[in-house]
Amino acid sequence: MDFNRSDDAGPYDTGSRASAPTTAKFLIAGGFGVGKTTFVGAISEIRPLRTEEPLSERGVGVDDTRAVSAKATTTVAMDFGRISFPSELVIYLFGTPGQERFWFMWDELSVGALGAVILADTRRIGDCFAAIDYFEENGTPFVIAVNCFDSAPRFQAEDIRIALSLGPEVPIVACDARQRESVKQVLVSLVKYVMASNRPLVHGGHAY
Amino acid sequence: MAGTGHEGRAERFLDWETVAVVRPYAVTKGRTAPTGGTQVGLIDAVVATGQWPQPQFRPGPEERRILELCHRAKPVVDLASETNLPVGVVRVLLSDLIDEGLVRVIPAARKPHTDQRLLRMVLDGLQSL
Ligand SMILES: Nc1nc2c(ncn2[C@@H]2O[C@H](COP(=O)(O)OP(=O)(O)O)[C@@H](O)[C@H]2O)c(=O)[nH]1
Ligand SMILES: [Mg+2]
Repeated sequence: MDFNRSDDAGPYDTGSRASAPTTAKFLIAGGFGVGKTTFVGAISEIRPLRTEEPLSERGVGVDDTRAVSAKATTTVAMDFGRISFPSELVIYLFGTPGQERFWFMWDELSVGALGAVILADTRRIGDCFAAIDYFEENGTPFVIAVNCFDSAPRFQAEDIRIALSLGPEVPIVACDARQRESVKQVLVSLVKYVMASNRPLVHGGHAY
Repeated sequence: MAGTGHEGRAERFLDWETVAVVRPYAVTKGRTAPTGGTQVGLIDAVVATGQWPQPQFRPGPEERRILELCHRAKPVVDLASETNLPVGVVRVLLSDLIDEGLVRVIPAARKPHTDQRLLRMVLDGLQSL
């Protein structure tokens, strides 16, 4: 009752400003160095976002363990970008971390995701197996975007489809993660694919 | 006088490959998990309810800041980004504010890939870029 009303009216005094922005989330996956950070930065406003990683006994090159309490965590900066539109739509892009020790984050990131882009480098095509398995398993729709590094050999999409044992429905597109227009086209192809998968005659999903 | 333009630079190149030890959960009084049952999703929005807190509720500076920012509905990731607090810390503080009835959650679509209206909106948005 005697709470400081005069000082603190502001924060607790909300009217009917509850209309929330419509939000959508894309995941950008792929191996180390494949261009995830570049991709997110090419199309969205990069924003600082930190999350916690439980600090296991393995240690991660921590010098001063005394600074770390019993329930120690480290924080990691996430690849995170935002595109906001006048229509109150906000699109978020999250890079999914490749290293095994970050896999605990994948479930959280993929809940409620509209879809995923798996970036592939033809020089190390196998680096995207883990992401493909993961998204097939949990039903997140995805496209493969082959990031065209200058020195990388060119492949036909169908060769990549075979190499990755992908079903015929999964789009495989070329991309240059440094180019905004190219990144935009990858996301457009992902959304169109998801929309097409919803049509009754197309059985989208996880056919091999 | 003029902005240096450098402040954002360090952040820009940080990513998952960067690890730093920070002060663990000082602002949550050591708690690392939310107390209540509510697990707020990253892109769920939260908004202040306009309720008055119980007299015994003593929000800390971070909770006050969150309440201010939730004056308008705001996605959890934006709250974390704008307060510069780790996502998990924001979740713990939000669970307190939800328990107090000061904040409520406006969930984002759980199955967005089956939501044609949302998909159309996203497609139109992307194509307008
Ligand atoms: N030639 C070329 N280089 C790229 C492309 N995308 C990223 N790079 C470069 O590849 C390196 C690794 O990219 P980065 O985005 O950090 O990869 P991440 O580890 O997946 O986040 C950087 O030096 C980028 O500039 C691309 O499409 N073409
Ligand atoms: Mg990166």
